[in-house]
Amino acid sequence: MLLAVLVMGGLAVLIAAALGLATSWLSADGNDAVEQINALLPQTQCGQCGFPGCRPYAEALAAGTANINQCPPGGDATIKALGRLLGKKPVAPDPAYGLQKPQCVAVITENACIGCALCLEACPVDAILGAAHFMHTVISAECTGCKLCVAPCPVDCIDLKNLA
Amino acid sequence: MIFASGIAPHWRTQHTVPVMMRQVIYSLLPGITAYIWFFGIGVAVNCLIAAVVAALTEASALLIRGRPVKLFLSDYSAIVTAILLALCLPVVTPWWVTASGSFFAIAVAKHLYGGLGFNVFNPAMAGYVAIMVSFPEYMTHWTAPNIGDIDYQPLSALATLQYIFTGVLPDSLTIDAISRATPLDTVKTELGMMLTMGEIRANPLFGDLGGRGWEWINSAYALGGFWLLFRGIIRWHVPVALLGSLLVMAGAGYIIDPATHPGAGFHVFSGGTLLCAFFIATDPVTCTTTNTGRLIYGAGIGILIFMIRTWGSYADGVAFAILLMNMTVPLIDRYTRPKVYGRPPTGKEQRSHG
Amino acid sequence: MCPQTNKPAAYDPQPPRPEWGIRPPTRKTGSLKLPILEASPPRWVVIPIEQCLGVSARAIVTPGQHVLTGEPIAQADSVTGTDPGPKLHASISGEVIGIENNMVPGTSAHREPCIVIRSDGKDETYSEYKNLGDPLQMDAGKICTLIAEAGIVGLGGALFSTAAKLQNSSGIRMLILNGAECEPYITCDEMLLRERARKVARGAQIMMRALGAPDTVIAIESDMPEARVAIYDAIEELGDDRIHESVVTAKYPAGGERQIIQLVMGEEVPEGALQNDIGYVCHNVATAAAIAEFFDEGRPLISRIVTVTGGGIETARNVDVRIGTIMADLFELIGGYYDVSSHLIMGGPMMGVCLPNDELPVTKATNCLIIMKSRELSPPRQEMPCIRCGECNQVCPAQLLPQELLTASKQHDMEALDTLGLNACIECGCCDYVCPSYIPLTAQFTSTKLEFRAHESGMQRAAHARERYEARASRLQQEQAERDKQLQEQVDAVSGTDSIDAVMKRVASRDKKP
Repeated sequence: MLLAVLVMGGLAVLIAAALGLATSWLSADGNDAVEQINALLPQTQCGQCGFPGCRPYAEALAAGTANINQCPPGGDATIKALGRLLGKKPVAPDPAYGLQKPQCVAVITENACIGCALCLEACPVDAILGAAHFMHTVISAECTGCKLCVAPCPVDCIDLKNLA
Repeated sequence: MIFASGIAPHWRTQHTVPVMMRQVIYSLLPGITAYIWFFGIGVAVNCLIAAVVAALTEASALLIRGRPVKLFLSDYSAIVTAILLALCLPVVTPWWVTASGSFFAIAVAKHLYGGLGFNVFNPAMAGYVAIMVSFPEYMTHWTAPNIGDIDYQPLSALATLQYIFTGVLPDSLTIDAISRATPLDTVKTELGMMLTMGEIRANPLFGDLGGRGWEWINSAYALGGFWLLFRGIIRWHVPVALLGSLLVMAGAGYIIDPATHPGAGFHVFSGGTLLCAFFIATDPVTCTTTNTGRLIYGAGIGILIFMIRTWGSYADGVAFAILLMNMTVPLIDRYTRPKVYGRPPTGKEQRSHG
Repeated sequence: MCPQTNKPAAYDPQPPRPEWGIRPPTRKTGSLKLPILEASPPRWVVIPIEQCLGVSARAIVTPGQHVLTGEPIAQADSVTGTDPGPKLHASISGEVIGIENNMVPGTSAHREPCIVIRSDGKDETYSEYKNLGDPLQMDAGKICTLIAEAGIVGLGGALFSTAAKLQNSSGIRMLILNGAECEPYITCDEMLLRERARKVARGAQIMMRALGAPDTVIAIESDMPEARVAIYDAIEELGDDRIHESVVTAKYPAGGERQIIQLVMGEEVPEGALQNDIGYVCHNVATAAAIAEFFDEGRPLISRIVTVTGGGIETARNVDVRIGTIMADLFELIGGYYDVSSHLIMGGPMMGVCLPNDELPVTKATNCLIIMKSRELSPPRQEMPCIRCGECNQVCPAQLLPQELLTASKQHDMEALDTLGLNACIECGCCDYVCPSYIPLTAQFTSTKLEFRAHESGMQRAAHARERYEARASRLQQEQAERDKQLQEQVDAVSGTDSIDAVMKRVASRDKKP
């Protein structure tokens, strides 16, 4: 009886140790993990997840301090992909971080633009062309629809148009 | 002239699911006929009980799940499961044991997993194992074949019916009197008693290859299996891999120690090997899908059958071998994918871009 | 390539027999009995203006204008930007009645602008294309321009601009002319090869000149012995030893572009690449014949061979019919309907499109019209769940696993679809054909591909946005570093050895001075 208990207990300890070692030896390298996670995110740099950009969110996911369902532009496809990469179960998108909206691009109403260059600074992908006191315009092909340019504009001349 | 519409392709196969299942039933008929010849009508009665219970269970399950009853009942898959289960049971199994097994097979092993196409475990084998562990005593009441020259009086048809439905035997008999060990049982027990194979085979129950009677039944199953291969209902990979690996293992055992290993012919022609090879292991839902995967799957079953028969505590390891390999099917499927057109041949899973 | 002879692999006496594919009943003998009928010009034609894949076109005639047979009536835009867009020509002579929206044959019953011409009964030919000169002396660019002028597009059904396909090619090792008509019922290419093989060979010569290709191989199936002999004789007659013949196994879908390259040359087109990238160009044999007709006879693409067959037509045969002929008129011409039929399929039974009625015009893409009685079709059945029989995996010509693709597509699992290679699917219908559960696999994959491609392009946009973001971040960092450096230099320039206290004393003493 004692022998049986010792054998089973010993086996359990051995297997647990093996699994623990495997987790640390075979897991992805720190930086690599962030790169892989970042590659799955939609790169709108919109900040809706609560982090200032996609890379900080990726870093938080790698550290385990964020959930996989915080990215509205990514939608279900990103949640599934993140779940598969990180070994987590896919869950519904968290509405506290916003709802997934259709793809849109920003458009500047040129009549109203005063050339203040505040939106140039705000765009995370440099999709706004222009300079101080010169007309600003959005390069539609590069715009990711993150809406970060709308708030800084002092004359509210930036609108978002649905692509769909 | 106005014409009707449809989507391409406009030609489909004639081998629909009901057609395939019916062909399986037809190709089991030679085996069932041989079984009735040697063991009496009990097997037919068991098939009937199992089939009726299976059909009722399937209809109820479909109604409860809100699925189209007529469509799924008329595909005969429940009947095939029931017959395969009944063929694994002793002839004098009480009706309620057969019914429980059939109910478990359809309700639990098939519909709780999602119905046709979604079950992981072979329903017939799952049902068999369920009644094997729940009613072990009834599963040992095997009878001897009607071959005339052994000291055995087989039950009459009426007595068989009476026992199956009421559990009452004719006055002069007890259940122990009519039960005999199967050839596989005999080999296992007597090897355990340190007899040699030569001595064991001297028993009049043993024929040229397997047990007498049993070898005819298994040959009839093989005949049915060849018919299925010919019609293209099944492919050769699983039966060949299963029988091949079993032959190799049994042959090796026989060569190494003929006194304690019965040899390849015995393994193939006794128990449920040929039934398994052509009908149970080839069940498309629980089998792997690629050809390479099927070879691995069949080989695994053959090896497990040999291992359980030789070193396990059950006389026939077919059911457990099938269930164990069913568990590995998703893994085998994952790693035996063929190379997609246009991709370089590497060992890893390929993506179109990094 | 066969290593011993360095010629196409199918030169081996045993053409490679692939594991994939199916052998459905061919049903070709009916339409092969009679020779090609040259249809007389119909009384009126309805010619859809857009008959080139992927580009729009404009009419260059006006209602009321009189046109001759072969006169240009529409111009399509350039496909790549550098090639001349193909033209469209009047297939009969007469008066342009109007440019109206008409229903055209296709996957959906949509209406497109068509030029309607009423015949004047004379069939006078436009003579500007005669005497163009010897194409084998022209340079490649001129040949392509003239091919576009002739309105020649891919006659295998794709309608891709032939000039565009010939123009953007360099380093081509082999021109492959695809005569492997693998779908049941269709025999137009086989009849063309039997009766007009010389035109095909001549077209091959002209295309080789345009491509700069050293060799041509004409691929046919093993169940076309008469065509094989005809091609051999034609090549002998032309005396051109650069043209070869190759026989492939008569399996469906051996005639698919990627499959024919695999069977004839033994190479696979890599994923994401085009056939040009590995040095091959594939064209249909009818396209080659059309090119020869234009350069040798001055006849632009105004007609094509259509197989009319099926249980519902009185006489099955191949007809050389003018583009724009209404199908009902065509059927009348060859003897009319035999019986009431349930389906009219444009194409073959595996990939063909069901047409709603017979008032539609014949276009450049119409290779076959099957008037099917309902007993020739498989009766529809309710779909059942997948029983994992694996038959679909056996027959897929792209070596995919349709069974796993189905699961992944129902779950909208984009990563799995990528791993399983959804983009390699050619939508041939082999998996549907063998499925015992009657699951509409091809339709499922067609619709999933749209979703998958949208997802892929989203991933590419995201990668692109990430590059721009990182470029911007590094630019800002660099600017900040430069500013810091400048500031530091200024600080260094000023500070020297003096401390703040010494400076204050100096200022104070300066202030004190009178």
